Formats: sequence, C-alpha cells, structure tokens
Amino acid sequence: MSGTADPALRPGRTARRGWAAGRLAAAARGPLGVTLGIVVAVGLALTVAYGLHDVAQRGVNGLVTGTYFALGAVGLTLVYGTLKLVNFAHGDLLTFGAYIAFLVNVTWGLPVVAAALLAVVATALLGVLSERAMWRPMRARGAGLLQLMLMTLGLAFVIRYGIQLAWGTQPRRLDVDVTASVSVLGLRIGRTELIVVLVGMATLVAVSAMLRATSLGRQMRALADSMALAEVTGIDSDRVVVATWLFAAGLAGLAGVLYTAAIGSMTPNLGFFLLLSLFSAVILGGIGNAYGALAGGLLLGIAQEWSTLVIDPRWKVAVGFAILVIVLIMRPQGLFGRKERIA
Amino acid sequence: MIPLAVSLDALSTADFWIGVGVLAGTYAIFTLGLQLNVGFTGIINFGQAGFMAIGAYAMGILVVEAGWSMWLALPAAIAIAMLAGVLIGLPSLRLRADYFAIATIALAEIIRYTAQNARGLTGGNQGLLGFDDQWLDVSDTILGWLPEAWQGQFLLPLLIVVWLTALVLTGLLIALQRSPWGRVLRAIREDQDAARALGKNVFAYKLQSIALAAALGAIAGWFLALNLSFLHPTSFEPQFTFIGFTILVLGGLGSYVGVMVASLLLWALLEATRFIDLPLAAEKVAALRFVIVGVALILLVAFRPQGLLGKRQEMVLHD
Repeated sequence: MSGTADPALRPGRTARRGWAAGRLAAAARGPLGVTLGIVVAVGLALTVAYGLHDVAQRGVNGLVTGTYFALGAVGLTLVYGTLKLVNFAHGDLLTFGAYIAFLVNVTWGLPVVAAALLAVVATALLGVLSERAMWRPMRARGAGLLQLMLMTLGLAFVIRYGIQLAWGTQPRRLDVDVTASVSVLGLRIGRTELIVVLVGMATLVAVSAMLRATSLGRQMRALADSMALAEVTGIDSDRVVVATWLFAAGLAGLAGVLYTAAIGSMTPNLGFFLLLSLFSAVILGGIGNAYGALAGGLLLGIAQEWSTLVIDPRWKVAVGFAILVIVLIMRPQGLFGRKERIA
Repeated sequence: MIPLAVSLDALSTADFWIGVGVLAGTYAIFTLGLQLNVGFTGIINFGQAGFMAIGAYAMGILVVEAGWSMWLALPAAIAIAMLAGVLIGLPSLRLRADYFAIATIALAEIIRYTAQNARGLTGGNQGLLGFDDQWLDVSDTILGWLPEAWQGQFLLPLLIVVWLTALVLTGLLIALQRSPWGRVLRAIREDQDAARALGKNVFAYKLQSIALAAALGAIAGWFLALNLSFLHPTSFEPQFTFIGFTILVLGGLGSYVGVMVASLLLWALLEATRFIDLPLAAEKVAALRFVIVGVALILLVAFRPQGLLGKRQEMVLHD
C-alpha cells in the first residue's frame, strides 16, 4: 500500500478525475470560489457571534432583497454592456412597473397576476420607446458618455416626477396580503415574500437559461461583450438591441412589482433609491456580465441584511454603497470580470 | 375659471425675485465647481451635493455643537470639504470616467446617510438649528445701510452677499483658467496622455480640481444653510447635483459666465411654476418643476449640447 497522495507522483490521476472535477477545482481557485469562500467565512463568523437562527433569518430576508436587486441589475448590466449607456433612468423603470401594477390591480380591480404581467409589458414597451426616441438617434450622432448620461438623468426626472404628478407622493399599496407569514425550520418569511422569492428565482433561472441556450441570448451576451465583433460575425445588432431593451425593461418592471409586493408599499422615489444598489450589483458582477449581475444582486441583498446583525439597520443601504465603493477601488472589473476590460 | 391662468402679480413682486436670486446665486456657486471639474478638467463629478452637505453641516455642527464662532466655522468648513475632496479623489480618480461618476454619487449618498443617521451630531431628520445668530446680526447691519423702502426684505442682505461672492469667485476662476495651471487642466481634458507625456502630473491636477470644486460646494452649502436657517438631509439629495448639471449644460460647458446666467434662468423658471394656477396639490406642482428640469435637460443635450454661451468645440467629450 502506497501512502502517497501527492498527485505529482501519479501522473494519470488528474486526467482520471475527469473534466467536471477539474472545472470545480479551477473554479475554487477562481473568483467565484474566493467569493463563495468569503461568504461562507463571514456567515460562519456571524453564526458564532449571533447564533445560527439570526444569521439564517437575516439570510432569508437578504434573499428576498437580493431577488429584486438581481432582477433589476440584469437589465442594467445588459444595457450598460451593450450600448455603453450608464442608465440612471433604470431605477425609475422599476417605479414605472410598480405604478402600472397599482393602476391595473387597485384602480381597475384586476387580479395581481394580471397586473404584474401588464406592468412587465408596459415597462418593456417604455424601454423600447426610449431606445427608438432617444438612444438610437443619439448613438447615430455619436454622442459621448457625458451627453448620454445626462440624457438618462433627464429621462429619470421625467419618469419619476411624471409618476408623482399622476399619483402623488403618498404611499400606495397593491392588493396583496403582506401580513400572513409561513414558518419553515423556525425561519419566518411573509407569504407574499415567499411568492416574490419563488417568482423571482424562477425568472432568474429562466433568464440564465435563455442567455445561455438560445441564440438570441448568446447574441445579447455577444453584443454586451463587444458590439463591433458581434456585428462582424453577422449578428443583426438592431434587432438584438431592441430585444435587449424589451428584456431589460421588462425585468425592471417585474422587479418593481416584486419589490412593492415584498415591502408592502410604493412611492415615486422607490426606483431612484434602489438605483445605486443596482449599480453596486452590476459592478460587483462586472459590467456587461449578466450572470455576474445575478450573483452580485443576491450577494448584495444578503450582505445588507447580515450587516444589520452588526450595526443599526438604518445604515444598511449605506453598507451597499460602501461595498460599491470598495469594489470599485479594489477590483473595478468586478468579482467575475476580466482585468483587460478596464481601460 | 381658466385652469391655466398665471397670476402674474406674484412674478412682479420683490419677494419673488429676491428668493429666486438667493437660490440662483447659491446654485451658481455650486455649479462653478461642476464647471471646473466637468467643463475644464473632464472629470464627471456626480457627488457635488455631498460636498455641499459637508460644507453646510461642518459649519452648523462647529457652531451649534462645538460652540465655535461662525466666522471661524466658515473657513473650517471649506477646509473640511477640501480634505474630503482629496480623500474621495485619491482612490476614485484612478477609475474610468463612468465608474468615477458612479463612485462619486455613491460617496455623496454615504455622506447624506451619515447626516441622516448620525443623529447625535447632525440632528438627523429633526434637522439642525441655531447656527445663524451671528449671520442675522450682520444681516440686520447690512439692512440698516439700505434705503427705508427695502427694510421689509429680510433676505436682501443674503442676496447681496451671495451674488458678491459668486461674482468674485467667477472672476477668480476665470483668472485661474487663464493661468498656466488652467491651461494644464484644459490639456488634461483634451488629452491626458499628451499632458502626461509633457511631464505634467495629471493625477495631482485632477485632485486639485476636485478639492477646489469641493470648496465651492462647501461655500454653496453655507449659503443654503443661511437661507434655510435649518439643515435637513433632504436638502442634499442627488437631484440637486443633477440640477447643477442642468445649469451647467444650459449655460454651456467651458463658460463660467454661462453658469451665472443659466442659474438665474433655471431658478426663475422653477420658482415661477409655483404661481401657475393649476388645480393641483402642492406636491404635484413640485413634481411638475422637476419634469420641466428633465425635459429641459434632454432637449438641451440632444439639440444644443453647447448650451447658451458655450462653444461647440468645448463639448468634445471623450469616453
């Protein structure tokens, strides 16, 4: 019996371990592994200090938050990556979705599912409208980064205060039950929150599958990576850009509805106050990286909720911004981005 | 009843124009900092409201909590804001332009959350009061020098001081822009690699630009504080930075005089909407003002990117 476990002495070993295990080992050394390692380490440290129940309960809350962060961030990152458009109006697309749902659900009295669907469709159309009316003509004129950013700021004002003009500032609610809750393994989650997480996660899985497996999804990711190279390979960039907007704005609308359902109320400011958190998720994941934005959103949600174990919950939003600043300074390409992308 | 009747009487009163003038002067000083950063150095500072918050709160806290004389607190507030500008610039100026914009808005929001949450120091959402006694004495003195007919206008002394300050600062900035230092800034805006190749320390110049903008933001913060005589975190929300950007684009990038003119125009327009006799609640009229800002910003950037007084070649905005 040889006691040696040193793989260097047994050349056949690595090959036999197979492709999957090799990938896993590589991933463990890569950014994903490091990230997971940090999350697990922080989780363990917090468990030792505050007990498993509290950490798990805040983790569940963080999952709810992370769901709508991730949904909002995917669209923001795709538009950012594809069109080089830093869209400060993206948060207000979430608000728009929420208020359309309010209109359909409360004013018209239709069921909340119909309201959510109509909100997604209406927000997606608003996204395409902004592309046709503003972004495409500006791109054709070769507008610079600052010009485009200022236009998104203008659009953000128009949407946000247009909503305030129509509905006022008083908090509005959807017709959903936000008091009932369910308990699993001693962890409480609101019934509506549970539905939010399930719908959100199902959408995120579907989005990932779409981006990975369908030709449209691959084209969207190719465009987000490099518009010029994608066009060289014969991708109809105009069609894919419209699809990206439908997709990005539709997901933003859904995120707005889910946020309102989970939190219980909406005001015209909701999207603008979420916007920087969405940017944090996008930058955490690496700009243009849709999977990165998903992971970044979930991570950020959990980080914000876990922070409430240590410091006053009033600071949790600022914790998100602090993470954004730290990531920008320490690793501007994001957790999963490649360094060569950064100019 | 005609729903869109404008009560023009209000627009002809001195109260209205003095109020507009104070706001316009304050935001002109605020936007001078943005002009220095964006128009002349080519760095997109989205955190100017944060520097204004630091200036206003530093002054307020030093007077109310630490019992300083206001005359000492004013320069101290500038120093603190400049220090914050350097601390924020050191790590973030290495970032690409879009990342820098996002980082500065995030830092400004962290400052605002601190003002809201560090209740012991800032009063949080209750606000901070009682820092302007010394100013009110001066204000009364100035009012005493003015003709009898103007004695009822309590904001008039502030208007005079704000605009004197704004004009002096504009003059200084124009002089600075014509100095060798200003020419290096423009070189950096045009092509920072070329400036570096000529042996200029681009990073140091950008840092100085941010620190000066922070000082201008802090001065605007004082005047905002003296105008409101009350500090509240909501006065420093990011949309005030964006109002500054609207003034910047309206006046034209690369024109300090444009900032003065545009600030007056924009605030006259914004305040005039208060008097549109719409059958609307106050919050909706407030919303209408910001819709106007948004539409103005979109149309300006799309159709007249050089603004009123800017030159088209100044709008060379590289990615």
